[in-house]
Amino acid sequence: MYEGRYSMNRPDKESESKPQLKLEFKIGEKDFSVAGDAASKVKKTLQQLGLKPEAVRNIAIIVYEAVMNVIIHANYGQLKVIIVPDKVVVLTEDTGMGIPDIELAMKEGYSTAPLEIREMGFGAGMGLPNIKQCSHKLNIKSQVGVGTVLEAIVYLSSKN
Amino acid sequence: MSSYFHSITLDYEKCTGCTNCIKRCPTEAIRVHGGKAKIIGERCIDCGECIRVCPYNAKIAVTDTLDKLSEFKYKIALPGPTFYAQFKEEKNVENILDAFLNIGFDDVFEVALGEEVVSFMTRHYLSTNKYKKPLISSYCPAVLRLMQIKFPDLLSQVSPFMTPREIAARLAKEDVVKRKGISYKDIGVFAISLCPAKVTEMKQPMGIKTSAVDGVINMSLVYKDILKQLTKNHKKEKGKNLQKATGIGMSWGYVTGEAKALNYGSALAVCGIHNVVSLLEEIERGELKDIDFLEVRACTGGCVGGPLSIQNPFIGRVKLKYLVEKYRSKTPYYQEKEMLDFYQQGRFISTESILPRPVMVLDDNVSKALHKMERLDKITNELPGLDCGACGSPSCRALAEDIIRGLAVETDCIFKLRERVQTLAKEVLDLARKMPPAKGDDPSKEKGR
Ligand SMILES: Nc1ncnc2c1ncn2[C@@H]1O[C@H](COP(=O)(O)OP(=O)(O)OP(=O)(O)O)[C@@H](O)[C@H]1O
Ligand code: SF4
Ligand SMILES: [Mg+2]
Repeated sequence: MYEGRYSMNRPDKESESKPQLKLEFKIGEKDFSVAGDAASKVKKTLQQLGLKPEAVRNIAIIVYEAVMNVIIHANYGQLKVIIVPDKVVVLTEDTGMGIPDIELAMKEGYSTAPLEIREMGFGAGMGLPNIKQCSHKLNIKSQVGVGTVLEAIVYLSSKN
Repeated sequence: MSSYFHSITLDYEKCTGCTNCIKRCPTEAIRVHGGKAKIIGERCIDCGECIRVCPYNAKIAVTDTLDKLSEFKYKIALPGPTFYAQFKEEKNVENILDAFLNIGFDDVFEVALGEEVVSFMTRHYLSTNKYKKPLISSYCPAVLRLMQIKFPDLLSQVSPFMTPREIAARLAKEDVVKRKGISYKDIGVFAISLCPAKVTEMKQPMGIKTSAVDGVINMSLVYKDILKQLTKNHKKEKGKNLQKATGIGMSWGYVTGEAKALNYGSALAVCGIHNVVSLLEEIERGELKDIDFLEVRACTGGCVGGPLSIQNPFIGRVKLKYLVEKYRSKTPYYQEKEMLDFYQQGRFISTESILPRPVMVLDDNVSKALHKMERLDKITNELPGLDCGACGSPSCRALAEDIIRGLAVETDCIFKLRERVQTLAKEVLDLARKMPPAKGDDPSKEKGR
């Protein structure tokens, strides 16, 4: 049932204007519920667009983890999910403290989450590694004291 | 897909078109058009939320009737533990089972025996550690259908074993073939149930090609007759010894029963379709990986809270708990060795994979779907955002979706309609002011006015 649908993901000549869809969410301070809400709204949209379950799941994970990081490690920011026929871009921007050493932050188990956050069950240091695993391209730009921009891309090839 | 069967249907006469049901439905499968509710068949997962919420009892479940018994030479009743929970404590399970023999059945087999077998096999399977955590129970068909629509990626985590009902039906038939020499096809097995989802499961099984259950009978169709037998047969004949299940199997009737019966590792039990949705969302994000097993039930309280239950679910649970204690230390009917054989032979492993059912998709072509989504967003933004339901769709966004799918029009929204009426009224007024030239002013003199 799904096979036919995904072979259609190849760029198709008929559509002159390339459609694009943008979903935007504000991430407020300590607004823990926004991560789950955003992930489930994005998921619903992607399912309606007919994306493959695996891609949908990966993107939902990226959204959740990236937004959680903004809530936990920065203060506020925003999430944008841009969908074009052949890829989905997840973008978070925040004006938090920034990441001094991105390579270190990417390591499994590395976390600077404070104790009270760990007690809530977060801070395993698995968010960024998870995002990396779920995306085809990951780009993090950060400046200490200014903020962080995270861009993750998932391509929607028919094989994906 | 066009002929997708579902058990829950509308009692057209009773429906007042009140829109109470449309918001409760977890898959947004109900609309109210022309003053009557309509169920979008392929979206219905038979969870029974609408049956519970309807103030006019206009949602009903199509089940088999006792007429179907006549199609078989040898008829076996297959009552689950929830059936026992419908009676007062002093009515013995033994007597309840015996009573089936006086109302047209030739034999009785307890679903709880299948439940014991599944508990055993699942425990062994978990100990192999060769599965993705958490393993999700395959028991509740409403949850499985929910997953087909909303959580397709989790289907691979569903337990590979057939349901206890299916296993019990197969064991019951095999047993009669062996004991009585009756041929398999002459034996009819009838589940006595309070669950519309199980009717659908029998007709459109998941994980297997065809079900060994031949009919699902609404328990209220036999309840009174059984009760009559129970009061009549006070003296109790010799008793046929049909009661074989232990408390372990019976505990499956309420939520946490399956998880506890496993007696292995860490297990989590969740009930209520909306709670199940949010939990599955977490699992889909990769959380709860340290949990071995997940028991999920669409109904609050588990199957004692089934949509067709006669008894209040909480009272049912108390009664069932009493029975679980009473039969806890009974000697199991199937020996460990026998159950290990079942497990090793793989006889009760699902043969078919459960496929996703992407019924929410806007278009088969992603580009076209994106175009539609753009329009959908635009329409949603133009709607008042009150989610009042007066249009017959569960929310403003759902109405926008229906418009995109060509199932509704913008003026189904009463606010949009009012806007339209206002502009129309204004246009009419403007028109009315313009007198026809023959009677009104000479247009050539217009300037002079
Ligand atoms: N948006 C951000 N702003 C500032 N620091 C960040 C941000 N995102 C991640 N970090 C830093 O990178 C570290 C690793 O992030 P990662 O998401 O992998 O783990 P975590 O958030 O600490 O724990 P988990 O995601 O498992 O709950 C964080 O502890 C934090 O120091
Ligand atoms: S919880 Fe039990 S009664 Fe309710 S839908 Fe699921 S299987 Fe049926
Ligand atoms: Mg994180």
